[in-house]
Amino acid sequence: MTVRIYVPNDTGARSVGADDVAQAIETQLHAHSVDAVVVRNGSRGAYWLEPLVEIDTADGRVGFGKVSPEQALSLFGAGVMPSTSHPLSIGLVESLPWFRDQQRLMFARVGIIDPLSLDDYRAHGGLTGLQRALTLGGQAIVDEIRTSGLRGRGGAAFPAGIKWQTVHDTVADQRYIVCNADEGDSGTFADRLLMDADPFQLIEGMAIAAIAVGATVGYIYLRSEYPHTARIMERALLLARESAILGPSVLGSAHGFDILLRIGGGSYICGEETALLESLEGKRGVVRAKPPLPAVAGLFGQPTLVHNVLTLAAATGILARGGAHYASLGVDRSTGTMPFQLGGNIQRGGLIEVPFGITLAELVEGFGGGTASGRPGKAIQVGGPLGAYLPLAQWHTPLAYEAFAAVGAMLGHGGVVVFDDTVDMGEQAQYAMEFCAHESCGKCTPCRIGSTRGVEVIGRLRRGEASKKNWQLLDELCETMELGSLCALGGLTPMPVRSIMSHFPGDLLSSARVGAPAEVAV
Amino acid sequence: MIDSPHVTPLRRRDLGTPPPASPSATRVHLTIDGIAIEAAVGTSVMRAARDAGINIAKLCATDSLNAFGSCRLCVVEIAGRRGLPASCTTLVDDGMVVRTQTEQIARVRRNVMELYISDHPLDCLTCAANGDCELQDMAGAVGLREVRYGMEGATHLALAKDESNPYFTFDPSKCIVCSRCVRACEEIQGTFALSITDRGFAAKVSAGMSESFLESECVSCGACVQACPTATLTEKTVIEAGQPDRVVKTTCAYCGVGCSFRAEMKGNDVVRMVPDMDGGANEGHSCVKGRFAWGYASHRDRVLAPMIRDSIADAWRTVGWDEAIAYAAARFRSIQAQYGHGAIGGVSSSRCTNEEVYVVQKLVRAAFHNNNIDTCARVCHSPTGYGLKQTFGTSAGTQDFRSVAQADVIVVIGANPTDAHPVFAARMKRRLRQGAQLIVIDPRRIDLVRSPHVQASHHLALKPGTNVAVINALAHVVVTEGLANEAFVAERCDAASFEQWRAFIARPEQSPEATEAFTGVPATELRQAARLYAGARNAAIYYGLGVTEHSQGSTMVMGIANLAMAAGQLGRDGVGVSPLRGQNNVQGACDMGSFPHELPGYRHISDGATRGTFEQAWQVTLDEEPGLRIPNMLAAAVAGQFRGIFIQGEDLAQSDPNTQHVTDALRAMECVIVQDLFLNETAKYAHVFLPGTAFLEKDGTFTNAERRINRVRPVMPPRTGQFEWETVCRLATAMGYPMAYNNAAGIMDEIAALTPTFAGVSFAHLDRVGSVQWPCTAAMPIGTRIMHEDRFVRGKGRFMLTQYVPTDEKSNRRYPLLLTTGRTLTQYNVGTQTRRTKNATWHAEDVLEIHPHDAEMRGIGTGDGVLLSSRKGSITLHAVVTERVPAGVCYTTFHHPDTAANVITTEFSDWATNCPEYKVTAVEVRPVD
Repeated sequence: MTVRIYVPNDTGARSVGADDVAQAIETQLHAHSVDAVVVRNGSRGAYWLEPLVEIDTADGRVGFGKVSPEQALSLFGAGVMPSTSHPLSIGLVESLPWFRDQQRLMFARVGIIDPLSLDDYRAHGGLTGLQRALTLGGQAIVDEIRTSGLRGRGGAAFPAGIKWQTVHDTVADQRYIVCNADEGDSGTFADRLLMDADPFQLIEGMAIAAIAVGATVGYIYLRSEYPHTARIMERALLLARESAILGPSVLGSAHGFDILLRIGGGSYICGEETALLESLEGKRGVVRAKPPLPAVAGLFGQPTLVHNVLTLAAATGILARGGAHYASLGVDRSTGTMPFQLGGNIQRGGLIEVPFGITLAELVEGFGGGTASGRPGKAIQVGGPLGAYLPLAQWHTPLAYEAFAAVGAMLGHGGVVVFDDTVDMGEQAQYAMEFCAHESCGKCTPCRIGSTRGVEVIGRLRRGEASKKNWQLLDELCETMELGSLCALGGLTPMPVRSIMSHFPGDLLSSARVGAPAEVAV
Repeated sequence: MIDSPHVTPLRRRDLGTPPPASPSATRVHLTIDGIAIEAAVGTSVMRAARDAGINIAKLCATDSLNAFGSCRLCVVEIAGRRGLPASCTTLVDDGMVVRTQTEQIARVRRNVMELYISDHPLDCLTCAANGDCELQDMAGAVGLREVRYGMEGATHLALAKDESNPYFTFDPSKCIVCSRCVRACEEIQGTFALSITDRGFAAKVSAGMSESFLESECVSCGACVQACPTATLTEKTVIEAGQPDRVVKTTCAYCGVGCSFRAEMKGNDVVRMVPDMDGGANEGHSCVKGRFAWGYASHRDRVLAPMIRDSIADAWRTVGWDEAIAYAAARFRSIQAQYGHGAIGGVSSSRCTNEEVYVVQKLVRAAFHNNNIDTCARVCHSPTGYGLKQTFGTSAGTQDFRSVAQADVIVVIGANPTDAHPVFAARMKRRLRQGAQLIVIDPRRIDLVRSPHVQASHHLALKPGTNVAVINALAHVVVTEGLANEAFVAERCDAASFEQWRAFIARPEQSPEATEAFTGVPATELRQAARLYAGARNAAIYYGLGVTEHSQGSTMVMGIANLAMAAGQLGRDGVGVSPLRGQNNVQGACDMGSFPHELPGYRHISDGATRGTFEQAWQVTLDEEPGLRIPNMLAAAVAGQFRGIFIQGEDLAQSDPNTQHVTDALRAMECVIVQDLFLNETAKYAHVFLPGTAFLEKDGTFTNAERRINRVRPVMPPRTGQFEWETVCRLATAMGYPMAYNNAAGIMDEIAALTPTFAGVSFAHLDRVGSVQWPCTAAMPIGTRIMHEDRFVRGKGRFMLTQYVPTDEKSNRRYPLLLTTGRTLTQYNVGTQTRRTKNATWHAEDVLEIHPHDAEMRGIGTGDGVLLSSRKGSITLHAVVTERVPAGVCYTTFHHPDTAANVITTEFSDWATNCPEYKVTAVEVRPVD
């Protein structure tokens, strides 16, 4: 029987040499006429193990971690399958605690299937959500989503059910589904991994949404920095059309729906939903004032359901297993699971999907194994570049929307970046403002001018210039940006800055240390 | 001396956001700062507050532009809502509780202002906007006392000023990137010349593809300048003169749109002209001519004292008014003594006020004792008057301009609004951007056919001279495909005329397939256009001189009227037949009895009752025979029977067709009296020159294309020492018919007393209500927005048979091309005014547009000198090779006397009204060295 050897083909694994590894294995198999085939799956998201080569065995899939092309040549050197006693072997992949302790819903198929095989997709539960949706019809689908308690996974965590209901209820000739795949937060990659490794799930999720709200056209707005993902999605869309998942009659039903892939203009702000819509309309990516909400007047002025990749993907599982099942997971109003993306100075980084509620420490130390440097951790930034830096004292905070809001932090899109004790938090504060200045669309004043002034004021603070006055100024600037900005970019930039002002004031003041933090804090 | 100044406040109240897009009768109740407020659904919190006198701070908001929400000064607190929402983008809600001032709001606003000022030059005292700067106002309003950021950080202060535009400067160092200019360019003007380039702190306003304003596609309408809250975009006149100290509302004297302006004055000098938000025609918008090209009024060429001479070979002699009037009267009297009453006549001007025109026709009828009065409308819209009167019963367009906002299909025939009626074009484009569909019927690919965010669904590029065949073909499709609105026709139109017309129009020879060969319009395209028009909920037709200035001009106007009646596209908002009038007061000049056969109000001179009314009021016996039209006067002059003419404000020698014929006639006369601002081409043949007044000095009214009577207020005393109507009255008196009025208002009172459609009009009434659209009577004190709503003025709408007759002016082997003429944006008619302004920057000369195919055959390239010849004469000009004109057609403008385009135009004219056939001349084009 032909042996299946898996080498991931997603953007992340390829960036650490997966293509060369696959090539090396192919060379050896060919040279030794081995009855085996290399399957290019998607990564399972265990980036600390990539390139992760897996071999089908009677017991399950055996993994070999961090395989270099040279090692790949030697692994299959004699034309025989390497054994679990090989130094690179990690044994049965699914037995690894890192995987075993996760509860993967959205990412259940990721890394296991061939991303572009609809047979694989179906064999692993794909399309059951859509099939059920077709039997339910619009309002009943919306009700399932409402029951699930699903909240937007892009960062704002707005209750998805309300959005679906609004689009569903708004009278219009045309409605749209827009998938926000402009994943721009540093330290995040869940959208990319899902599209690379399980693209049909997104398509299915969008089709469910379309049937629910009565949309006939969907757009995926994909960031330009994901060219490989674009190729996979384009191919997946083609296959979906060929199999009537998309098209004039979705799975033979009376519903017509198609999806168009659009590549973004390379601007972070286009991940903001209204700027994204502007960009989709062919205009500059500039934030729109709300109201009107996109759900009422979005793309081309029509009711538009704008969701992040993960939110739409989650809909497939919710429809397949029911909203109540989803709602039974998690804590409080943070229902279901969340794919956290663990990175930075960490031993075992990658995608960890768990129900809401485990603590930050459990994630970082349990799954992540502490810092890669081995030095003590100092701060963890959660929620991307606009998220707060949590000091050690807050690492016991449960990963849930409410718990994080309570400590002045947010989960955002689930990015978790770990820093050890060598980090200069003053530099991080300045970077937060620099990031905003670099990415600001320039529409509203607090963000456009404020972020540049923020960089300057923090610079002065770090140089020890008139610290007390500048500290007060920075505090007021943060308030102005937070309350005054048009969108979340300017509005959230103060979050990391303020977390540093609160928890690491010493780093923000100059080396001269003019005045102790306690004296200058207001 | 100017009577009763109309006091207008220096600054107008800005409510911050426009009224709700779709006005709702539903009202909500809310409290703002504890004050109970009621507002219509869809109103912004800012507007509701400002309406109630609570002036929430703002910078990026202004009530002429949609809310944008970028400055963040207008943030408020709303009970139950998170954060501080912007009041400009937040709509009122029932039960809403708003606070506009809290400690936190005050801090945020002050901090936002501090950010602005950290990137703004601190030169308020020497800044051109000092005293008229919203940034300055807001700094004051929020109590900004310090810029803690210092001025050492990143700024835009070193950016260079763009002074390329002749009328305004762009100083990016003062820009606060509020996008008001960009939005004005998009939302109001629809040119999309401005945009924000770069992002974040580097975001900046940019003209075109980061070009200078002059090089960009900017049309200098000035909407951006008006929208700018700082000194970034500033009129050069304001930079020179400083802020105005008084404001007078008046009306533009260029095209028939008739825009209302606030003349912002310093003493008796205009500082700037700002379109009036309350102006019914323009609602705050303007074009480059109205806003900027008023400098001719003080141009050194202007003649301010009367001049006389015995013969046109003599030099002019400047004399006093008394001598000039006595001299003119004596010469006219002697001509009449020798050749009879009918040997003299007068021409009134569409550039003059209703009151001035009225006294000129009164001069002719009462003092000359004949009806030899005509007007320059003869050469533009006389067929409109005739055609619409025959069919609908009123010599005027049916709609107001605002109506276009309700049109779903817009048909533009023989008009080029973006050049000739730019302010109306801006309205039209706004509607097109909202999704209305457009049909253009014009030989040329005018800008409307395709421009930013506007694209015609159908461009019927017909061959010049085939208008009637095309309109008949459209009607043929409507009738034969069962698209006629039978219910409308049955209820509103004359049944017998309809049946006759239906049979006529259904004939196979009217079909698009039959006419395609000579109109050049593909039958399938024409059929689609006809279906689109007839099937629309609301379809409106707008037309210009491309309809009227043909040998079948009147036929075409009636053809349009037939089509609109058959499709039932009349008598309500969003539909109608609207002529786009060329001159500011062409409607008024016609209304005022300027035609030889009609007394004011379009009443025939032969009608005894009407004549009796005038005879009694004027205490004179009137001639019951219609007098001579301009072409008849000219012909009679050449024949030696017509010896003297009084011409007010028209340059016959440049604007009338077949120049040679015109100058022969003028030369043959014994006394030509010209009243004008400048020594124009006609003045070369004059014996008496009476200086006229510029519109800034006039007191009276203009009536625009939508029948709107607007006040023209003197913003400064006449520089000639007297109003033009006074001159006319003095001439009449000197001729033996005493004529006197206390003021212009007195003339309007007489017009109102004698003209039923003007019965409700008086200056006092206009000062109260702003403007009225005639008919204006006691029953309809604010006039009539839309005509023929319940019934046609003539009772039943009358279908007229419109047989297509090809013009005698045909291309042949010797003259194989057809020349058509038109206007360009920056120039106005014969250019007497605009050439004497900086508008010359854009259009230094008239050029000949010629199709690449025709150009190549003749070895002509863009910029080459060409000789343009017709059987009447030849002129030289430079060629522009362009596909805007179809093969076989060429095009030029007539703004420059050097071009003398009318040297080559022919004597052919409209069969009914003698309106010249400017739009079709067979020509040949040859390269010259």
